[in-house]
Amino acid sequence: MTALLGSTGPITSNAPASTVDVTKSGTTDQQIMLSLPTIHCAGCMSRVERCLMALPDVSSARVNLTLKRVQIIAAPTVAVGDLVNALSDAGFEAYELDSASIAVNGSDDAGRHLLLRLAVAGFAMMNVMLLSVAIWSGASDATRDLFHWISAAIALPAVAFSAQPFFVSAWTALRVWHLNMDVPISVAIILASAVSVLETAQSGEYAYFDAAVSLTFFLLAGRYLDHRTRQVAKSAAQQLAALEIPRATRRDGQIVDVADLKVGDEIVVALGCRIPTDGQIIDGSSDLDRSFITGETAPIAAGPGQQVYAADVNLTGPLTVRVDAVAEDSSLRRIANLVAMAETARHRYASLADRAAQIYAPLVHVLALIAFLGWFAGTGDARLAVNIAVAVLIITCPCALGLAVPAVTTAASGRLFQSGLLIKNATALERLAEIDTVVFDKTGTLTMGTPECADPTDIPQHALQIALALAQKSVHPLAQSLAKKLRQSGLSPAVVTDLVESPGLGVCAMFNGQSVRLGHADWTNADPVGGTATYLKIGDAVPVAFRFEDRLRPGARACAQQLQAQGKTLIVLSGDAPDAVADVAGRLGIERYVSGVQPDKKASYVRQLGQDGHKVLMIGDGLNDAAALAEAQVSISPASALEVTRVVSDMVLIGQSLDAVAKATKVAGDATSRIRENFAIAAVYNLIAVPIALAGFATPLVAALAMSASSITVSLNALRLVRR
Amino acid sequence: MTVLGILIPVSLLLGAIGLVAFFWTIRTRQYDDPDGDSQRILNDDYDDKPKE
Repeated sequence: MTALLGSTGPITSNAPASTVDVTKSGTTDQQIMLSLPTIHCAGCMSRVERCLMALPDVSSARVNLTLKRVQIIAAPTVAVGDLVNALSDAGFEAYELDSASIAVNGSDDAGRHLLLRLAVAGFAMMNVMLLSVAIWSGASDATRDLFHWISAAIALPAVAFSAQPFFVSAWTALRVWHLNMDVPISVAIILASAVSVLETAQSGEYAYFDAAVSLTFFLLAGRYLDHRTRQVAKSAAQQLAALEIPRATRRDGQIVDVADLKVGDEIVVALGCRIPTDGQIIDGSSDLDRSFITGETAPIAAGPGQQVYAADVNLTGPLTVRVDAVAEDSSLRRIANLVAMAETARHRYASLADRAAQIYAPLVHVLALIAFLGWFAGTGDARLAVNIAVAVLIITCPCALGLAVPAVTTAASGRLFQSGLLIKNATALERLAEIDTVVFDKTGTLTMGTPECADPTDIPQHALQIALALAQKSVHPLAQSLAKKLRQSGLSPAVVTDLVESPGLGVCAMFNGQSVRLGHADWTNADPVGGTATYLKIGDAVPVAFRFEDRLRPGARACAQQLQAQGKTLIVLSGDAPDAVADVAGRLGIERYVSGVQPDKKASYVRQLGQDGHKVLMIGDGLNDAAALAEAQVSISPASALEVTRVVSDMVLIGQSLDAVAKATKVAGDATSRIRENFAIAAVYNLIAVPIALAGFATPLVAALAMSASSITVSLNALRLVRR
Repeated sequence: MTVLGILIPVSLLLGAIGLVAFFWTIRTRQYDDPDGDSQRILNDDYDDKPKE
């Protein structure tokens, strides 16, 4: 409810996202949007803003803490990379966002409309309540009629405007012969208003105008909370989508959208870039990181004639690729088809709120009908019978139920967002609460996907110095990691000459008249050792091997321990080689692991677990995980995952640490039990109030008390989640 | 009871002023960053002079 309590900030700088300032010189400033997943407090905000404003040519920087992003207005000469670097020097992770697509989606009109309706309902409720208090305290005759008429004049337009979302939703449901929660709500609001007008016209004692508007108000509050939670999730998901701009550079230098590529086009893939579509290398040699597709960490050498796949990352040398499959039948598309087949299972999940509504909605109508028929048969007074039926409808109206779920999910997803987990799917929290098995992908999920050099123990000092000299000149990730490791151990590079890097093979140079080589096993005539390694050959001596191991993602060990403490079964499912998987599983204390798994086998493994009665949480980042993610009961992927993968997962890990996962399962459990408690509270209120209403003792005062009391109890119960 | 003829319009008017003020806060996008604004008030960056 923070939004309702309100807070005033400097309004002038809250300019619409799409404005672009024009400087005095007449050149148009550019607008840059960065995502800042780690900021969380006032200190962060002012440090980020100060850090950016200190840079030359930055004219404005404003942080939005709710959405965790910063909007920067800067001269066209400013490079985004510099801003990101400046922020990471100051200790903040930052990612560039495609501000064009954000600007379009940035304005939340639906949210503002809901807020408007809420404000009108709130205004009407307060005024009508004021008049109602006078009536309850004993106003009678002409005064009571006057107050009723004034109430009607305020309440009817307010209801007509504010309750529209319920009417629309109820009508959509009724047209397909379906009952949702909005049907009893709409019936109650409309009947209460109509009957009150008739009663007022006949100078009746009871009118339910206050009930009609306060129903609208409480339910709209729930609807707005719900909307806000989804909006934050949606805009952050859009941010993630905006991280990747799918473009390709043709050989003639023209930059085109990937969708516009044709078979036979020749495209240039620069260093460090992802190959946009399947194809064949026609020129250049390099190393490729295929971990997104296969889960294998070791880069593979690539040369002319070799087949490459969409999502391969080009590591060491520029490549020219001839496109041989586009969009429809690329490897990306084939995985997407696997995903589409798997996704049907999840859509069958009915949320707690839906299940409650399915029982509740018919019950309410039946009760009201029974009240009407019973009293009509008993007294023969149609007016009295209608009045009592309306009282039953108002009392049973799912006010507390309408708040029960959104209040809890708002609180829970707010807490998870703070710890770096973004919930994309409305029912994800409930599904997460049920899991008993957690399946992890290895590369890029449990590990960072970047190899780190193991301690070179049995290698002589001078060889290390030569290795450093060669490695620090290379762009290959293994070489860079080796150079970093050697520099950290305090070595200085040997003096080498004639240094040449052969992409896809390694680096060679001359040292004291001897030829020295650092690179692939075959290129250095070495006997390959297991796992990822690079080899150093000095002159004619026997080559020595540097081994690499994948660094664990921060928080991975803590996450595994906490999940095990919560009694979950952990499984590592990877496409990588057996010893690499065993090593990671061993370091994390996970006993069950499966290695060398194909993408479709991953999905069927997860499906099999599901058929055996397990509720599976799948965590993965690769293209090979996408189908398995869709197959699982609930899924999480890190922000570093490919877009296809993030789209199918229910939650996205925004920060680097896996810590949030263990926390999420706990919060999800708490949230679900809180929702059940809320349903119980609402049921207890109804159990007490419905007999009173059926017996004909429900005055507007009783209705107002029951409604407000149950709504407030439910909201307070939900707020307990924020505290801990 | 004639006092009601004055008091009811007055209370409605006051309520309406509040409503209009709320509309204004929505129009000027003051609810776009509730978390940030509640933190910004604790920040002493602009204590000496307002932000330009």
